[in-house]
Amino acid sequence: MTSKTPIELLSRPANMSRRGFVGGLSAGILSVAATEAANAETLADVPDRGPGADLSAHSERSRFAKIDRIPEATPGKRNIDPSDAINSKTPHQKLVGNITPTDLHYERSHSGVPDIDPAQHRLLIHGMVGKPLIFSVDDLKRMPSISRVVFIECTGNGWENWKKADPDLTVQNTHGLVSTTEWTGVPLKFLIDLVAKDRGSTWMLAEGGDGAGVDRSIPLTDEIVNEAFVAYGQNGEPLRPAHGFPMRLVMPGFEGNLNIKWLRRLKFGNAPWMTRWETARYTQLLADGKARQFQLRMDTNSVITQPSGMMQIQPGYNRISGLAWSGHGKIAEVEISTDGGKTWTEAQLSLPVLSKAQVRFQMDWVWDGKPTTIVSRSTDEQGNVQPDRNSFIAAMGTNALFHYNAQQTWSIDEAGRVRNVLA
Amino acid sequence: MSSHKRLITGVLAIGLLASPAFAFDFGRPATPDEIKLWDIDVGPDGKGLPDGSGTVVQGKQVFSDYCSACHGENGHGGIKDRLAGGQGTLASNMPVKTVGSFWPYATTLFDYIHRAMPYPTPGSLGTDETYAVTAYILSLNGIIPADGKVDKDSLPKIRMPNRDGFVPEPEFDPARLFHKK
Repeated sequence: MTSKTPIELLSRPANMSRRGFVGGLSAGILSVAATEAANAETLADVPDRGPGADLSAHSERSRFAKIDRIPEATPGKRNIDPSDAINSKTPHQKLVGNITPTDLHYERSHSGVPDIDPAQHRLLIHGMVGKPLIFSVDDLKRMPSISRVVFIECTGNGWENWKKADPDLTVQNTHGLVSTTEWTGVPLKFLIDLVAKDRGSTWMLAEGGDGAGVDRSIPLTDEIVNEAFVAYGQNGEPLRPAHGFPMRLVMPGFEGNLNIKWLRRLKFGNAPWMTRWETARYTQLLADGKARQFQLRMDTNSVITQPSGMMQIQPGYNRISGLAWSGHGKIAEVEISTDGGKTWTEAQLSLPVLSKAQVRFQMDWVWDGKPTTIVSRSTDEQGNVQPDRNSFIAAMGTNALFHYNAQQTWSIDEAGRVRNVLA
Repeated sequence: MSSHKRLITGVLAIGLLASPAFAFDFGRPATPDEIKLWDIDVGPDGKGLPDGSGTVVQGKQVFSDYCSACHGENGHGGIKDRLAGGQGTLASNMPVKTVGSFWPYATTLFDYIHRAMPYPTPGSLGTDETYAVTAYILSLNGIIPADGKVDKDSLPKIRMPNRDGFVPEPEFDPARLFHKK
């Protein structure tokens, strides 16, 4: 595999004039934060400068930037009353860079968001350990910490496209259940040493303090013991309640449901507990009626976010941009096809490319105005290639509901309308 | 293997040297009585199931009082997850996943009801009520008879219809994961 060095974001494509390049960039930025006011035709139309608003305790997004998550209840039930929602999706079509803003990180809960007073919260660690211990939030904050940029992906991400492609879907609808944050907390290994885990313990039960008491059995492989951590920080601040305040488990590369939020108990044992979540819920039903269980790792994936579903493009220069991620490690390469998968071109990756974190990719494209389809495919450092839809469905059937990572195709018609299709 | 052992010994030695300071600095010991308050999980072998029992007949009343508003009077037709029926549909284009058609262990049913149900007041059912409503849902699926009863000895012995319906992902197969040479 050829490994192209990621280039700086704003270097000019070789085959473009400076004017064309700047024009293209402006169009991209405008689409990120669309304004409602009339455009300034000349500099004379630009509003005068003047004193601004008072400083504030915490800054808000510009009123001209309309960026919201979308509450959803099961696949296809969208834009519903938040009280009926089970998740809320990240608006990838309006975001730039590699990191998801904290308030736009996707959210999935199974019994709402508990309002936990950290002074009263406790983490109990027990089971096959020499010294069962109880920790307060302050105890955790006093321990040696790490910070790591990690994606978390709901195993249901992509579930809109299992059986059919609704043409009216945005990338927020199809892929809004993955986000990337810098998490800060205490390595699991440190806690394991504190409680003197029994060597015979090979599985760990992690349980949340939410109404559902969500709990998952986690195999204590070397990778998981070395990489998992109990986080209390998110992008430099305390976790938001929606994301597990005051503490959650972070399991780099593994399905979202394992990253137990509002963590209150870790129990060590030597076999999985077969909780509802790892039997009745997050298992993948195959075409023959059998279900794949303990499919815990998120596979290599990618999606084009610009242009994407329900956007409209113009002939000429377009910058294709998107996100790629893999639970196996770093993304090694992303390729883009603008002719329905016949030919592929390697995209540029925006630094830094981090293990088990989303990375932005981009490519210059001059659209000739003819109908076509665009699609991306990622390859990770382990050599896993994101499958095309046909081979993915041939292996998994259409009932699996979870772990959809087939290539996402967007069609573009003669008017430049971008729509969700299966290919 | 021996180098692995040496590594573990090394880690233990460091842990022992450092532990007097760390142990007091972080957290406090959990007493057995405290652990009992939170130690609610139930394994497929029945480990963790409390003393007590419940009948299908008792469970029908508990279900009517606390569950039917969301799950329907007979475990289907409600606004939330369908609990009964669906056998034979898993390989079809419209699979219906219920306790009877999909769940591999009856112990999981007790555990889940106990920890998460009823949705507005999780943990509010008593032990016998939890056994009873577990029995009722199993009977709705034809797994135990209408005059049946469950307790901590009988529940793990129930063989669920889809017990053999699961194929572990090879990377995390519990039967093989930690038994490699």
